[in-house]
Amino acid sequence: MSEREALFSKKNLKLLSDPLNSSNPITVQVLGICSALAVTAQMKPAIVMALSVTAVVALANVIISLLRNTIPNRIRIIVQLVVIAALVILVDQVLKAYVYDVSKQLSVFVGLIITNCILMGRLEAFALGNKPWQSFLDGIGNGAGYGAILIIVGFFRELLGSGSIYGFRVIPESWYITHGGFYANNGMMILPPMALITIGIIIWVQRSRNRKLIEN
Amino acid sequence: MKAIRNFFEKTKPLVQKGAKYQWLHAVHDGFFTLFFVQKNTSKSGTHIHDFIDLKRTMGIVVLALIPALLFGMYNTGFQHYQAIGELESTGFFSVFFYGFLKVLPIIIVSYVVGLGIEFAFAQMRGHEINEGFLVSGILIPLVMPVNTPLWMIALATAFAVIFGKEVFGGTGMNVWNPALLARAFLFFAYPAQMSGDSVWVALGSSDKVVDGFSGATPMALAAAGHPEINVMDAFLGFIPGSIGETSALAILIGAVILIVTGIGSWKIMASTVAGGLFMGLLLNIFAVNPYMEMPFWHHLIIGGFAFGAVFMATDPVSAAQTNTGKWIYGFLIGVVAILIRVLNPAYPEGMMLAILLMNTFAPLIDYYVVEANIKRRLKRAKIAA
Repeated sequence: MSEREALFSKKNLKLLSDPLNSSNPITVQVLGICSALAVTAQMKPAIVMALSVTAVVALANVIISLLRNTIPNRIRIIVQLVVIAALVILVDQVLKAYVYDVSKQLSVFVGLIITNCILMGRLEAFALGNKPWQSFLDGIGNGAGYGAILIIVGFFRELLGSGSIYGFRVIPESWYITHGGFYANNGMMILPPMALITIGIIIWVQRSRNRKLIEN
Repeated sequence: MKAIRNFFEKTKPLVQKGAKYQWLHAVHDGFFTLFFVQKNTSKSGTHIHDFIDLKRTMGIVVLALIPALLFGMYNTGFQHYQAIGELESTGFFSVFFYGFLKVLPIIIVSYVVGLGIEFAFAQMRGHEINEGFLVSGILIPLVMPVNTPLWMIALATAFAVIFGKEVFGGTGMNVWNPALLARAFLFFAYPAQMSGDSVWVALGSSDKVVDGFSGATPMALAAAGHPEINVMDAFLGFIPGSIGETSALAILIGAVILIVTGIGSWKIMASTVAGGLFMGLLLNIFAVNPYMEMPFWHHLIIGGFAFGAVFMATDPVSAAQTNTGKWIYGFLIGVVAILIRVLNPAYPEGMMLAILLMNTFAPLIDYYVVEANIKRRLKRAKIAA
């Protein structure tokens, strides 16, 4: 190696920024949809889920990248799974210790991070062929891209479905029909079908701004 | 007529490509074809066209809906005055006028929102404006409870037009019936305003109801174990329900118009009714509760069964296209509708869900009908050879 690459070279920064837009795991690669539908009825669990996945994917990327030359090719999937599962259990314990109510709300979906396609995807496609620092950045970038969509979806679902943002009421009680007003919460926003449609709208908006993403 | 033609001839150069009002081109064309048939012939393919184009087809369906609409207006007033106990002292026209004033805003909102979105999409995509919304715009008010807030109507219409139609490519490409999609959206999003006993009869906040008034529809009563109905009232439509669905008689008049003009498929209507009767009969045989014991033909005159069978199931875009497919499609709508109605306590009416479900399967039914046909003919060819 003749030249040492700067820590935040242009190429490395791209690893961080690409997943936020042109290679977003949810809206472009369409990975990790199930958890995006399941945990976004409110913002708080969406944010916790976003942080958990980011932590797991970044750390798993680093570990697999460090081991990449020692893992026998034929058993690499099981090794990746062991690494991810260990990290997910750690995250689950941390959530249970510090944000117990959210952990209760997320229930099985923390455990299901293990099966989240984004993780295996990044490990297979990136960490197995790149150095730890780049892998770390890639993990952070993909976690952030996933989390950003989760938080946007959670914002609209909580606002329209429950009339609040991050648990704080923003639509006054007196507007509601039950209190003599005219407004009612949209019950369908709480249900997963509307989450799918919300993600659809985000994909629509993104592709009309970034026309390169439109398939022929 | 001449004056109208002159007006369109004169304004035509103004909306040509490159002219000042080019962006109004689609609007001009839309209104021109409302009065006249385009003189253009096609450049390839079929050269002979029926003059019954989309606009005139839609016009006939709207015409067929008029009896149900007028009766719906009268019934809105009828239910109101009956509830406050002033029916005897109120004249026919004031009863009708009350309902007219209640229903008209809903129709206006549905048309303004729906047509607005259609026009916007047509302009944005450079398409011609088409008439796809003419029928949906009148169907949407007819399937709503009269007390639905107007902003909900607007929201549901926007949802149905954008996500039911425009994202699939506009008129003629929709997978589901847009009007039913609007209703389904409200049904799941705002259940309190779409079901229960207080949404079907229009009442002001100061109105005093008579003793014994409940406001429940026959469907709700039946689901609660009281399926006794006054057959004459249910047939004529003097029962609470969505605006246009109550009168089987008015719907029957519409059905006759649709069948005589060949616009609506009689196969679908007949098979839907057959499916409903079959399922009703089956439930009668295995009845274990009062609802299942209800005479099977009563299902045809309560709830939205008749309206759905005549106006919703026959929507030519979302229904099955092949002749055999139409029989299967209609029959299954009838069966599923009665099944949901009687056996699922969460949904008092099953017609909406049955039609939307079968809309989803219509292409599959067509696929297998066509495949079977090909197979049969191949076999015949082999024998001949």
